[in-house]
Amino acid sequence: MGVALTRSVQWSAAGYGTRTLEITPLNEAILKEIIVFVASFIYKHPQEAKYVFVEPLEWKTNLDPSAFESGYVVSETTVKSEEVDKDGQPLLSVSVPHIRVRSFGQLSRLLLTAKDMKLKEAQACIEANRDPVTKILGLDYNTMKEDTSVVNILDKITKDEDPESEIKMKLGMLLKQLDLHLLNHSLKHISLEIRLNPTIVKNDIELLKHFSGNGEQTVLESIDYTSDYEFSNGCRAPPWRQIHGEICYVLVKPHDVETLCITCSAEGVFLNGGKTDDEGEINYERKSEIYKDLVTFLKERSAKFSENMSKQEVRFSGEWKKREALKEAPKKEEAAALQKALPASGKSVLEKNYINLGKSQMTKRLQPSLNWKATFDFKEHKSLLRDTQEEKHGGRLERSGPPVSPRRSQLVRKSAEKIEEIISESSSESEEDEEPPDHYQEANAGLPSEYWQIQKLVKYLKGGNQTATVIALCSMQDFNLAQETCQLAIRDVGGLEVLINLLDTDEVKCKIGSLKILKEISHNPQIRRNIVDLGGLPIMVNILDSPHKSLKCLAAETIANVAKFRRARRAVRRHGGITKLVALLDCAQNSGEPAQSSLYDARDVEVARCGALALWSCSKSYENKEAIRKAGGIPLLAGLLKTSHENMLIPVVGTLQECASEESYRTAIKAERIIENLVKNLNSENEQLQEHCAMAIYQCAEDKETRDLVRLHGGLKPLASLLNNTDNKERLAAVTGAIWKCSISKENVTKFREYKAIETLVGLLTDQPEEVLVNVVGALGECCQEYENRVLVRKCGGIQPLVNLLIGINQTLLVNVTKAVGACALEPESMMIIDRLDGVRLLWSLLKNPHPDVKASAAWALCPCIQNAKDAGEMVRSFVGGLELVVNLLRSDNKEVLASVCAAITNIAKDQENLAVITDHGVVPLLSKLANTNNDKLRRHLAEAISRCCMWGRNRAAFGEYKAVAPLVRYLKSNDTSVHQATAQALYQLSEDADNCIIMHENGAVKLLLDMVGSPDQDLQEAAAGCIYNIRKLALATEKARYT
Amino acid sequence: MNRKKLQKLTDTLTKNCKHFNKFEVNCLINLFYNLVGEVTERQGITIGLDRNAFRNILHMTFGMTDDMIMDRVFRGFDKDNDGYVNISEWIYGLSVFLRGTLEEKMKYCFEVFDLNGDGFISKEEMFHMLKNSLLKQPSEEDPDEGIKDLVEITLKKMDHDHDGKLSFTDYEQAVREETLLLEAFGPCLPDPKNHPQLFHSHPRADGNSHLVWPRKDGNCI
Repeated sequence: MGVALTRSVQWSAAGYGTRTLEITPLNEAILKEIIVFVASFIYKHPQEAKYVFVEPLEWKTNLDPSAFESGYVVSETTVKSEEVDKDGQPLLSVSVPHIRVRSFGQLSRLLLTAKDMKLKEAQACIEANRDPVTKILGLDYNTMKEDTSVVNILDKITKDEDPESEIKMKLGMLLKQLDLHLLNHSLKHISLEIRLNPTIVKNDIELLKHFSGNGEQTVLESIDYTSDYEFSNGCRAPPWRQIHGEICYVLVKPHDVETLCITCSAEGVFLNGGKTDDEGEINYERKSEIYKDLVTFLKERSAKFSENMSKQEVRFSGEWKKREALKEAPKKEEAAALQKALPASGKSVLEKNYINLGKSQMTKRLQPSLNWKATFDFKEHKSLLRDTQEEKHGGRLERSGPPVSPRRSQLVRKSAEKIEEIISESSSESEEDEEPPDHYQEANAGLPSEYWQIQKLVKYLKGGNQTATVIALCSMQDFNLAQETCQLAIRDVGGLEVLINLLDTDEVKCKIGSLKILKEISHNPQIRRNIVDLGGLPIMVNILDSPHKSLKCLAAETIANVAKFRRARRAVRRHGGITKLVALLDCAQNSGEPAQSSLYDARDVEVARCGALALWSCSKSYENKEAIRKAGGIPLLAGLLKTSHENMLIPVVGTLQECASEESYRTAIKAERIIENLVKNLNSENEQLQEHCAMAIYQCAEDKETRDLVRLHGGLKPLASLLNNTDNKERLAAVTGAIWKCSISKENVTKFREYKAIETLVGLLTDQPEEVLVNVVGALGECCQEYENRVLVRKCGGIQPLVNLLIGINQTLLVNVTKAVGACALEPESMMIIDRLDGVRLLWSLLKNPHPDVKASAAWALCPCIQNAKDAGEMVRSFVGGLELVVNLLRSDNKEVLASVCAAITNIAKDQENLAVITDHGVVPLLSKLANTNNDKLRRHLAEAISRCCMWGRNRAAFGEYKAVAPLVRYLKSNDTSVHQATAQALYQLSEDADNCIIMHENGAVKLLLDMVGSPDQDLQEAAAGCIYNIRKLALATEKARYT
Repeated sequence: MNRKKLQKLTDTLTKNCKHFNKFEVNCLINLFYNLVGEVTERQGITIGLDRNAFRNILHMTFGMTDDMIMDRVFRGFDKDNDGYVNISEWIYGLSVFLRGTLEEKMKYCFEVFDLNGDGFISKEEMFHMLKNSLLKQPSEEDPDEGIKDLVEITLKKMDHDHDGKLSFTDYEQAVREETLLLEAFGPCLPDPKNHPQLFHSHPRADGNSHLVWPRKDGNCI
């Protein structure tokens, strides 16, 4: 308790001798805590209670000796306890008025005896014994509190073995615990206080002056300073009072009360003793409680003031906001100072300030605790102030504040766990990535009249019965709720809490009215977040179970609006919302509408529509997609897809489209015959619906069966015709996407050519946003796999725009463009155009692109270019450093890149000169290193490359030396026949070298090759036979050599 | 009352009432006589529920609490203004009360709210009906201030011809825009949250079961 006593308790500054404790709520609270601790000590720690203090605690008591009963020897003026120490001295002795106590046991008993005098006794004791811990435990133990480490304490225990010191130790720890507890406790108290500074006070007074004067409407008759002189620091109190934190004194004359003489100090505002008549001196003594500011004080004192004040509020509040801003500025400085002063533990701050305390004890009085307040009190200010305006506590203290910057909150978090509890809420917010920061209204932005009208309506919502509430709700709907001012006004006057509260009642009408408003204002991202923070989602999810359809509808629609960010979607799922929303879809299924629906009820179809709307919002999270599927949502969605209401179809298709990113959904979509209906709705009039349908087809058409289904249901024609409308870019992107994926099937491409889609696509290669371009180019890439289409694209002038797109940066677009260009290059005439446009060089430079997909795609595209270009060898050589670049790509670890580069090398190596160059760049060892692979695609192209590279110098032997032969033999065991052909070719080439033949033979190549000879593939036959021939020839030659 | 007479009464009432079927009318007739008690019918004496008995039903069965509104509801039922709700008034009243179309309910509610029956809901009438609708705020000097303000808000919302009072046309238009305003000045229809079970749940022969008042847990008279 030492630390708490020295630093938290507010000592009066009255004199230098025996100082007394001020009667403040804080002190009282601390004393009470101490009393609770001491009084229960004898029961909780009986052993330690017997411990005899090193020095007795002495003070002047007010207790009468007669109050002591059993266990004491009582005389007229003295009391001695029967309990004695080792030396026979009594543990408690009184000789009026002095009292000496030497154990906790006696202290406990004393407090029991004192009954309602407890507080006074405790106060007297603490006042007389400024450092009780030292007296109790002795000087050396008191130092313990400075170093907190447990090690130290253990150390002490092990050093001196005797039981007394053990008890002492325990006692020390108990006292430390109490100390910590007291500090925490006082923190809670301090945090509720407000600190004023001269600027705030001055502004307050200035403002009130504005609204003072004669007449009924003013808030005060007059308000004046007692002194005209203002010190440079903004205070008007004389310097010797300033050190007590006093700022200035004002004389206030309200309409209905006598003139009040008020002290404004840093701690708050209170009534002083008033001006003495003769000399104009002020009696500085405090005569009232401390209020947090002048307005609160006056409201309490003068009814007239508070009444007129509420009338003036309109004009006042703008100024008010300014004041808030002012209030924050010094706080920030303080906080900044605190950052420096806040190392690992909260205690050290106290310590540090303790040093200050020593230096200038009078001026820096109470500084530590005030500093604390500066950090975590910060947020509460705003809401407190706002609350005074509406005269109601909304219980939203923490949330309404501006988000504390992560850095600061981190710091404070580190500093003390207890404090963290107070502020943690705001820091947890920062995790949310998609949520925009909360803006509060500009400090002095003029508030629109709607604000005050809404405030009034919210007041009626709070204080009205069902009828008044419904009227207020209906009236609120007349505001333009789509406007941000109104949305934020509802929140800022505490309307959200009330609206959400209303949802928790049984009043159907109130719930409907409230949801109607929430539905509108939840279009605002900030409001969404507030609704989630206030726990609105679980309540709305519960309403989904209501028997009233219109309630269900409204709740679902509101959820649809709110669930636009991840945390909200998660909340919906966690509270079982997905299952309930899916259940809403079921409503429309039993189509027999009751003849007579209740008054406030909506139709079943509407319920299903709202359910789908909410699911659409929710389906943006992966887990929710799963949850929808598990709840059996897909067949229901499929069922709803059969209806013809556009506003029902959009959310349904939207949900499906969102979910189709999951494999499980795509399978289900196929199984539920959803494609048919998607195709049907492509023909709808509604652009949004068309867009979502096309998007869903785009997602699903990765699957071959689905692509066929689209064709079978006649979906290709509407897709092709939608290409002609290019105004709606979102829809165009979706449609081109669907065409791209559909054109992976050859039959579909034929259809598209029939519908003249290819010409249209070529037309879309220019002046379109990237999303469209990616899809258009992707589609063309697929179409150009066929000869007719390549010709078509060239004839429509598609090559030039395609080559132009090679200079993009969008990765997906580049992959598609290279593929399309590569496909075009298959045709010699197109190749000429590409060559003329310098397309090959552009492709080649894409080999340097950081994305492996782009690299691979570019390398693939280069193959046909080199094949079909005139003077390919010369062209390749003309790219400075190009060959080295290609060879070095063999070091990549991406299989696709490797395969594509091998293919490119195969083509490059067709030119002898180039083969020589790449051999010099070390292509042989690099290829050999790749030989150990199981990837059939890579195997095939690698074998081809090896067989090509054998054509130069002593490369054949080199492949053998770099151990490429044995793995190649194993390729013959692969299941892929194209691998067999390439491998047989390579082996045939390699078998020209005798050493390689030996390796092949050793690895059992002959038997495998013999099987290959029986293959229907002629090239394979030939290569295998040639290889066997070479091996056999070598064997014969050896035999011959042996016998001769 | 003998069986034949009852049969006849049921038939006539069923014919005149579009929202209840014969079975339901029968139930309500039985209910009515149960409530009235065994009074032998004699010439010249009307059998019916007097104001207190009726208010008791409104309170116990439909959870109404507002005295003034309950009086007005009684007035609404008691078409011939003789101080008793007789059997045909009972059936007709309940048919609007429980099953009425929006039009019927609007008409009924407007009659309830038009305290002096002059065809308009005036500001004074609104004030009278809303006077208990706000909690007294200690800070406010004049507790009526809020009510007056509320009346103004209501007028602004509903008074389309801006004559400072609500005609039926005003009221009708406002309710059609926002159904919640049907009971704008106090609950005078059964609360949708509690469905009393007025019809005994004999299995129905014609299978038209959805016409029976929903069989939820509720008070049974």
